[in-house]
Amino acid sequence: MSLLEVRDIRKHFPIKTGVLRRTTGHVYAVDGVSFSMEKGETLGLVGESGCGKSTAARVILRLLEATDGKIVFDGLDVLQASRAEMQQLRRDMQIVFQDPYSSLNPRMRVRDIIAEPLRIHQIGTDKERQDRVLALLDTVGLNAEHGERYPHEFSGGQRQRIGVARALALNPRFIICDEPVSALDVSIRAQMINLLEDLQDELGLTYLFIAHDLSVVKHISDRVAVMYLGKIVEIAGRDVLYDLPQHPYTEALLSAVPIPDPETERTRRRIILEGDVPSPANPPRGCVFHPRCPRAQERCTSAMPPLESTGDAGADHQVACYFPTRHEGGAAAGPPSS
Amino acid sequence: MAERLLEVAGLTTHFFTHAGVVKAVNGVSFTLDRRETLGIVGESGSGKTVAALSVMRLVPDPPGKVVAGSVTLDGRDLLALSDDEMRQVRGNDIAMIFQDPMTSLNPVYKVGDQIAEAVMLHQDKGKKEAWRMAAQLLARVGIPDADQRVDQYPHEFSGGMRQRAMIAMAISCNPDILIADEPTTALDVTIQAQIIEVVKEMQEQYESGVILITHDLGVVAEMADKIMVMYGGRTVEYGPVDAIFYDPQHPYTWGLLGSLPRLDIVEKTRLTPIRGNPPDLIALAEGCPFSGRCGYERPECRDTWPELERVGPDHGVHCHIPAEERAELRSLLPRFTPEVA
Repeated sequence: MSLLEVRDIRKHFPIKTGVLRRTTGHVYAVDGVSFSMEKGETLGLVGESGCGKSTAARVILRLLEATDGKIVFDGLDVLQASRAEMQQLRRDMQIVFQDPYSSLNPRMRVRDIIAEPLRIHQIGTDKERQDRVLALLDTVGLNAEHGERYPHEFSGGQRQRIGVARALALNPRFIICDEPVSALDVSIRAQMINLLEDLQDELGLTYLFIAHDLSVVKHISDRVAVMYLGKIVEIAGRDVLYDLPQHPYTEALLSAVPIPDPETERTRRRIILEGDVPSPANPPRGCVFHPRCPRAQERCTSAMPPLESTGDAGADHQVACYFPTRHEGGAAAGPPSS
Repeated sequence: MAERLLEVAGLTTHFFTHAGVVKAVNGVSFTLDRRETLGIVGESGSGKTVAALSVMRLVPDPPGKVVAGSVTLDGRDLLALSDDEMRQVRGNDIAMIFQDPMTSLNPVYKVGDQIAEAVMLHQDKGKKEAWRMAAQLLARVGIPDADQRVDQYPHEFSGGMRQRAMIAMAISCNPDILIADEPTTALDVTIQAQIIEVVKEMQEQYESGVILITHDLGVVAEMADKIMVMYGGRTVEYGPVDAIFYDPQHPYTWGLLGSLPRLDIVEKTRLTPIRGNPPDLIALAEGCPFSGRCGYERPECRDTWPELERVGPDHGVHCHIPAEERAELRSLLPRFTPEVA
């Protein structure tokens, strides 16, 4: 059985205008997202800003109430869970936020920040909590003395370690990492990625790893889902998605990433998409990608293609496109990789 | 022989704050030729932006001050010009594109007004003519319906379009040198690809020299002809783009390259990050700013800044470790073992 099962979740935010605050439309932030996750795996969720990846994460944790859909975590229906059940779920599901500057309370000492989840869930005595905080600091590569300080005394990378320690406090099984390394410098980013990988190995964690940086996602994920305008357009095992992408958006996204290798850069072919991502308040009819798609035809403008198994790379590879790229004999026609 | 546009020598910029003197840029030298792209690479606080602002003489004074060095353009030292003369240089000779297209356009003026202002300031054009040029420039950087767009406000533009508008403004007076400070950092990858394409086209068309400041080694691999790697206000290494990527000499450059997850490498290799945290620019040691994190340091590293060592054509490094020893150390790193390279 899967650890997490997400079925067709939707989150529509009403747009209210005028003095009467009448609802005049909706922002379709997440519009029918489905996937499942096995214990111990890392699913990368990629897409550009505004595609709904962070909203999807918040809906899964019930930090936002879903408009529609079903979420099952370890056999328990998350959206129907009672208060008591929810409390247990919150121990199992945690999140690390993107911005290490705004996600830590500047007026609390680091040890109190890390102990807060334990206090809220009334776990252990003061002494036990203290010991747990020290152990957590050690786990994320900080020392006991750091616990006495305030967040402003730390660099971005160190703050992100504090955020990870807080997320680990309740021994969760599932952690959503929402752009955990985007705000960090390259050298610090690598430290953080290694830390997350080590923790996964040691604690058997399951990660939903959200990022817009495709190189980072490729490095850390087992499977990858690509979102565009509130929908998943392609999902597959990491190597299949990067080597044999079938959705034109995935192909364009991969080809747009500059590769730190001058030789490769001189020879590769780049697909440059025209225009910008449309507004999720007014998504295009039919396939959400068709206005920018180099392959769009009549059919694409009438209905959104369903996310379906491609059949040729195992049942794992699903794509939402009427005209997916067919790769001959499994050879990559996509971006270069050896 | 390529036409030399700019020569910067020994540039040193300090900020005099209550907490102490922040040595943001320390003795940085570089040159730029026509049609050439120089990539300045470094992490936050490495001094790359301050170096560019010093060339433009846009460092806020006080607290900042260029305390030493020279910036030579067309035989003139820009640091010795009067404010009025410098204002002529900016825009006409050197133009700059900033990182954040949201804050670098004035929200209460139409985009056309802002481009036309630059045109009227530097060229002898009337308002009508300047507006017509603004529309043409917007069209040239790839904004659709430029005739209507010129009449809109910045908030009606997307991030990518704002960055295009900034480029239009920068090229409006046909400058010889374009300084682009993290021009794509705030943008999504598909939009980033569009902007990189526009900058390349403009460079081709106007035969400008481009100084590209970025922390993204992928972007420099794509755009730059030569690279300067900065750390803690110093140039630790510079050289042609291939030399920096395939024959890096400074331990910091190794660290940068080893820290990168790669889209084009298949196996799940472990990253080799740089230990520790960036240096405090107030408490900088006299010696190499990387000495605390380097891992190979010697006693002299902390006390003296190493002399420039030339290791190849236009390729130089500042490092106390002897060249043969460096080659050996590098070959032990996972990213630089022969199988991967």
